[in-house]
Amino acid sequence: MDFLVFQYPMITLQACLDGILLGVLFALIAYGMALQWGVMNIINIAQGDLVILGGYIAYFMYLYGIHPAWGVIVAPVIMYFVGIAIYKLVINKVVDRDLFISILATFGISILFMQLMNFAFGADVVLANSGYGTTMLFDNNVVLPNSKIFSAFISIVFAVCLVIYMKKSKLGRAIRATAQNARAAKILGVDTEKVYAATFGINAALCGVAGALISITFTIHPYMGLPYTIRSFMIVIVAGLGNLPGVAMSGMGLGVFEEFADYILGTEFRIGSVFLLLVLILVYRRFKLSRKREYLK
Amino acid sequence: MNKNFILYAVILIFGLAAPFLFPAFKVQLSILCVLIVLATTWNIQGGEMGYNSFGNILFYGLGMYLCASVQVGMFFPLAEWTESGGEKTFVHTPTQFFQGMAAGLVVAAVVPTIVAGLIGYSILGLRGHYFAICTLGLGVAAGEISGGIEIIGAGQGFTTPPFPNVGSLEARGEFFYFLSFFTLVLTFIAVRSIYSTRFKLILNAIRDNEDKAEAMGIETMKYKIIGWMISAFFCGLAGGIMGGLVGYIDSTDVAFDGREMGVFMVLMAILGGKGTLWGPIIGATIFHIFKEGFWTFFLGWQYVALGVLIVVIVIYFPEGIMGWLREKYPERFGEVVDEKDRKAQVELK
Repeated sequence: MDFLVFQYPMITLQACLDGILLGVLFALIAYGMALQWGVMNIINIAQGDLVILGGYIAYFMYLYGIHPAWGVIVAPVIMYFVGIAIYKLVINKVVDRDLFISILATFGISILFMQLMNFAFGADVVLANSGYGTTMLFDNNVVLPNSKIFSAFISIVFAVCLVIYMKKSKLGRAIRATAQNARAAKILGVDTEKVYAATFGINAALCGVAGALISITFTIHPYMGLPYTIRSFMIVIVAGLGNLPGVAMSGMGLGVFEEFADYILGTEFRIGSVFLLLVLILVYRRFKLSRKREYLK
Repeated sequence: MNKNFILYAVILIFGLAAPFLFPAFKVQLSILCVLIVLATTWNIQGGEMGYNSFGNILFYGLGMYLCASVQVGMFFPLAEWTESGGEKTFVHTPTQFFQGMAAGLVVAAVVPTIVAGLIGYSILGLRGHYFAICTLGLGVAAGEISGGIEIIGAGQGFTTPPFPNVGSLEARGEFFYFLSFFTLVLTFIAVRSIYSTRFKLILNAIRDNEDKAEAMGIETMKYKIIGWMISAFFCGLAGGIMGGLVGYIDSTDVAFDGREMGVFMVLMAILGGKGTLWGPIIGATIFHIFKEGFWTFFLGWQYVALGVLIVVIVIYFPEGIMGWLREKYPERFGEVVDEKDRKAQVELK
C-alpha cells in the first residue's frame, strides 16, 4: 500500500492524465462491443483477442521496417475481413440462440485465437517502437509519451468518424434500424444477415485500430486479451447501451481507476483490481435493481 | 432387486477393481473421478438451475490452496515452507500427512461453501449473461490476487507435502485413487438423492421461469444460494484432492485455471447433456479420453483443439449426448410418446 500518490499533486496529475489517455482507448474498444451487443445481442468474449491480433499486425509492420503508425490504417482493413470470416463461420449460427451459447462459443474462439497467436508470434511481450519521444509538462514534473497522445487523438478521430457514418450512411441507418427491431427492419427490406456481418466486421475493425494503438503505446502479449474484454464489458454496462458520451466518460474513469490502483496496490494487482471492480459494479447493479423490484423476503 | 441396483453394483465393483486392473493409469483414473465430480456439481447450478457459471473454478482453487495450507500449517510454519520452494527441510511423518490431509479436506470443503453462500447472496440476483461474465471475472480475479500473496507462494507456486514413505511404491497412486473415487461415490449419492426431491423441481422451476417460480411462492433466492453452496462444497473437496495429486499449486496454471479446468467443467456437462444425472458423467469420461489422447499425441496443439471443440460442441450439440439420446429414444426416458403426434411434429420441422 502506498498512499504517497495523494500527497504529491504532480503524481496525482500524472496518474489522471495517463488514465484519461488510456481510457480513451478502452472507450474505443467498448464502443465496438456496445455496437454488436446492441445490434446482435451477443457478448463477444473474443473482443480482447481481436484487439491483440490488431496489435500484432502493427507490430509486424514495425518488424518489416514500416512505421507502426500505419497499422492504424492497415489493421482495421485486415480485421474487418477477419471479423466477417468469424461471423460467417461461427456467429451467424448462434445469433438467435440462448445467450450462454454465444458466450461459450466466443469463449472458444478466444481460446483458439490465443493459442494460434501464441504459435504464430511467440509468447514474448512485444511492443512496436514508434520513436515519438515524450512531452514534458509543468516544469518537467509530468511526463507524457507522445505515442499516448497520438493514440488518444486517433481513437477520437475514429470514434467521431464512426458516429457520423452511423448517422448519415445507408448502412449505418440499416444497422440502427436492426438494433431497434430486427423483425421490423427485415419487413422493411433490410438484409439483416448482411447488417449483422457488417456490424461484426466494424467491431473487429475498431478492435484492430485499438490494438494497433496499444502495440505502439503499451505492450502486447497473446494471453492479454481477456482483460480488454472485461474492461469493455464493464464500460458498456456502466454507461448503458447506446449512450455514447457515457461510454467515453466511463472509459476514462476506468483508465484513471486503473492508474491509481497501479500506484496504490502495486502493478501485480492491476488486472486483479479490474476484475474485482467488475464484480463490485455488478453487485452494486444487482442491489440497485432489486430495490426497484418487488420480491419475496 | 431392480435393474438400476445391478448397474450400480457393477460400476462400484469396477471402480474398486480399476487401480488393480489398470495399474499404469491410476493417476489418470483419479483425475477422471475429479473431473466427473466437477462436471456433476457444475450441472447442479448450470444445468438444473440455469445459472451458467464460469466461476466454480473459484471454489476448486480455493479448496486446493486451503487443503495444502492446512496440511502444512498444522505442523510447520507456512511461510518458511513456501519460501524453501522445492527443497524441503520439513518432512511429514505418515501420521502427520494423513491427519493433515483429513483436516485439510474438511476445511477445503467447508470454507468454499461459506464463500459460495456469501458471494451467492450478492451475485445470484444477476441474470443471464451478467451472471456468466461476473463469475468469469471472479475466477480470473481470484487467480490474479492469489498470485500476489506471499504466504501461499505468490507467483513461484506452492509445493504440497510429498506423500510419506509407507513401504509400498504403489501406495501414493492407490491412496489418491481411492480418495477421489470415494469422493465421486459420495457426490453421486448426494446428487442422486437431491435430484429425487422437491428441491430439484424447484431448481428446474427457477431455470424455466424464475419470475413465475417466485410468483408461486418459492423463495428462489434461498434455493439458488443452497444450490450453489452444494456445488461449492464438492468443488472445494475435488480441488483439495487434486492439489495433493498434482503436488504443485500455481495460482493461474493449476488452481484458478479458468482457461483449462474452468472451461472443462462447463464443456463436460454440456457435452454429456445439461440437466441430466448421467450426462455429466458420460461427458466427462468421453472428454477425458479425448483430452488425454490429444494432449499426448498433438502436444502444443491442445488448446487449438480445445477452442475448436468448444465451438463445435456449442453450435452443433448444445443438448449433448443425453439430449440426443432423448430425442432419439424418448421411450427410454419414461416419456409417453404419441406416435401420431410425433410424426406430425417431425413433418412440421
